[in-house]
Amino acid sequence: MREACDLVVVGAGPGGLAAACRAAEAGLDVLVLDAQPEPGGQVWRGEARKGTNRLARRWLSRFSASGARFRPGARVVAAPEPGVLLVEEGSSSFAVRYGRAVLATGARERFLPFPGWTLPGVLGVSGLQVLVKDGLPMRGKRVVLAGTGPLLLAAAATIHAHGGEVLYIAEQASAASHWSFALQLWRHPAKLLQGALMSATLISVPTSTDAWVIAAEGEDRVESVRLSVRGREEQLQCDYLGAAYGLVPNLEVARLLGCETSAGAVVVNERLETRVPKVHAVGELLGIGGVDQALVTGELAGLVAAEQPIPIEMERTWHRVRAFAARLALHDAPRAELRRLATPDTLLCRCEDVPMSALEGCQNLREARLYARLGMGACQGRTCGTAAQTLFGWSGEDVRPPCLPARIGSLRLPSEVSSTHTRES
Amino acid sequence: MRETASKAVTLVTLRINGRAVTVPVGTSVAAALAMTDSFVSRADLSGRPRGPLCGMGVCFECRATIDGVPEVLMCLTPCREDQEVVTDA
Repeated sequence: MREACDLVVVGAGPGGLAAACRAAEAGLDVLVLDAQPEPGGQVWRGEARKGTNRLARRWLSRFSASGARFRPGARVVAAPEPGVLLVEEGSSSFAVRYGRAVLATGARERFLPFPGWTLPGVLGVSGLQVLVKDGLPMRGKRVVLAGTGPLLLAAAATIHAHGGEVLYIAEQASAASHWSFALQLWRHPAKLLQGALMSATLISVPTSTDAWVIAAEGEDRVESVRLSVRGREEQLQCDYLGAAYGLVPNLEVARLLGCETSAGAVVVNERLETRVPKVHAVGELLGIGGVDQALVTGELAGLVAAEQPIPIEMERTWHRVRAFAARLALHDAPRAELRRLATPDTLLCRCEDVPMSALEGCQNLREARLYARLGMGACQGRTCGTAAQTLFGWSGEDVRPPCLPARIGSLRLPSEVSSTHTRES
Repeated sequence: MRETASKAVTLVTLRINGRAVTVPVGTSVAAALAMTDSFVSRADLSGRPRGPLCGMGVCFECRATIDGVPEVLMCLTPCREDQEVVTDA
């Protein structure tokens, strides 16, 4: 099976939706792919059904009126030639031939290993939050959150709203860095207001800067956590632990297409074009910046793809959100102590059960893959690769297709597509 | 149209490892897993329990066989009536 379109958008979060809306409204035939069952990405997860967030509601209804086509449950697994993507959808697959592409694949959490992090009930901070949004029962549950930045408060607010009890919020950043970041927020009124509303509902939750989780303990699931709080140790009994340290961009599809990356972000010009012709990148791929950055860069890329003029106000907004992203990166950078929590028998690769001790003598990710099978399992190093980068400074290798475990049939290029290509070349 | 549907809570019943679980429409299979007695999605190579981690289709900890299709991620799958979920835990 195959599909053709003027513009393919990979990812239906705010960035992808904004790009799709602008391009489709200007008359392009737009196809949007996303692995989730509904549009909205992680930040607007469930909003397509609930409609509680006004901004999300506005963009989602604009999207459904835009004429862009949406394929849910669709994952890009390979890019066999320029202008073609292979996409897996449930147990079937199809090829997409596109004129231009906007990559809006968003971000995932940065997990760092600590003893007990593989116990059931230990999740990411946003990981726990999305499960709660998706119906994980919270009434009567005790939750500890450990991580960094605004995501901690967002997760706590969701858990609180669903009847869970947040026992403690451990912020890894130092007090000085945390408060200087908070003081910078006055430049971003929307974020300040958001922060204030969240803090108000959570006023009773004990929170500390210079605090992180040392270990999770329990038999078949997490029963308690040990925290380091400003140099002293605290133990708390809990039902869930959310522990992750900020976000990192999902670079796999960008790398698959050959886009250049630098310092963990996709390199783009002022028209949001990557170094690969006709491929744009938006949102978190440019460096973690949240919804505001995703929306403005998505709109910009959509307008560029449709060869529309760019309003000057939009460019100004982009520069403003970039300044916020830079400050956030400084605040969220994991502190050195977090790199020393894992013991020799703590697993680093959760798919292949590779303990820290197995990596002794390995100098880079390639050696770790070859000799210890690090990152060779189902998730293809998405979790441990990011951790290894933070722990040892090993940079990500080039992605080789398939970038996810794919069914063999998904990797076969439908004959119509290859013959079209042969004629063209 | 969607909004009116969401106001009345509709329930669906699925089976997770043979056990019937009734949840509101819109619940993900990963979230429904917690309504069984355990939050275990699989066993690791040494037989130790694992549960969902990332919630976003990144970590693959929550893979299960759903309606006969293996390696489906529970966190990206909405619960449906009569769905059959089998974990390898």
